[in-house]
Amino acid sequence: MKVHLKLFAGVREITGQQEVEFDVEEGTTAGGLWERLLTDYPKLTPYTEIIQVAVNQDVVDRGVKLRAEDEVAFLPPVSGG
Amino acid sequence: MYEIVQDILDARRLTQTVASNRDGAVVTFAGIVRGKNRGKKVLFLEYEAYPEMAIRMMKRIGDEIQKTWGLTSVAMQHRVGRLNVGETSVLIVVSAPHRDDAFAACQYAINRFKRIVPVWKKEIFEDGELWVEGPVETVEAAKE
Repeated sequence: MKVHLKLFAGVREITGQQEVEFDVEEGTTAGGLWERLLTDYPKLTPYTEIIQVAVNQDVVDRGVKLRAEDEVAFLPPVSGG
Repeated sequence: MYEIVQDILDARRLTQTVASNRDGAVVTFAGIVRGKNRGKKVLFLEYEAYPEMAIRMMKRIGDEIQKTWGLTSVAMQHRVGRLNVGETSVLIVVSAPHRDDAFAACQYAINRFKRIVPVWKKEIFEDGELWVEGPVETVEAAKE
């Protein structure tokens, strides 16, 4: 199934990608998708401890299973204001 | 009104969106780009947002304020893109019948904003640049 990944700030710069479509297997969790991103971009490793995952614009637990067409974002700690 | 915008922020215009006859107090918070951070001279900042989620989170903060303080109106704008020192990055306007609620709700709004609204800033110095995101050491390690 297809999910839509959105990347921001340092994570966006490391990957060079702002929006990516991923084909993932049924049952893939948000955390699982991050692991997959890490294998492509090992430089993201230091972010593992600090990112939050948003699915369809709500912060969720990394164990949440993704559904087809979900919008997934890996958010570095925010620094607006 | 909750917006992520590219343009220069205008506090007067935003204030007009919240003021009403029942309100006797309007408190405005403006966040300004500082020329120095952690002892280093900042040339300019670049802000980036996840706009759809940022607006949702701003609305959530507005709802929280409604629940706690009742008769208040809230508006927020955050600017993205390149911002020079002295420019306004964020505006929060709260109007309420009385000043105590307006001050308290406005302070609550900016504190919550800084925690839950997905906006990021990059500081550009003379000798480098840095995304401000979580512990600085972690981020610098990520860029090696």
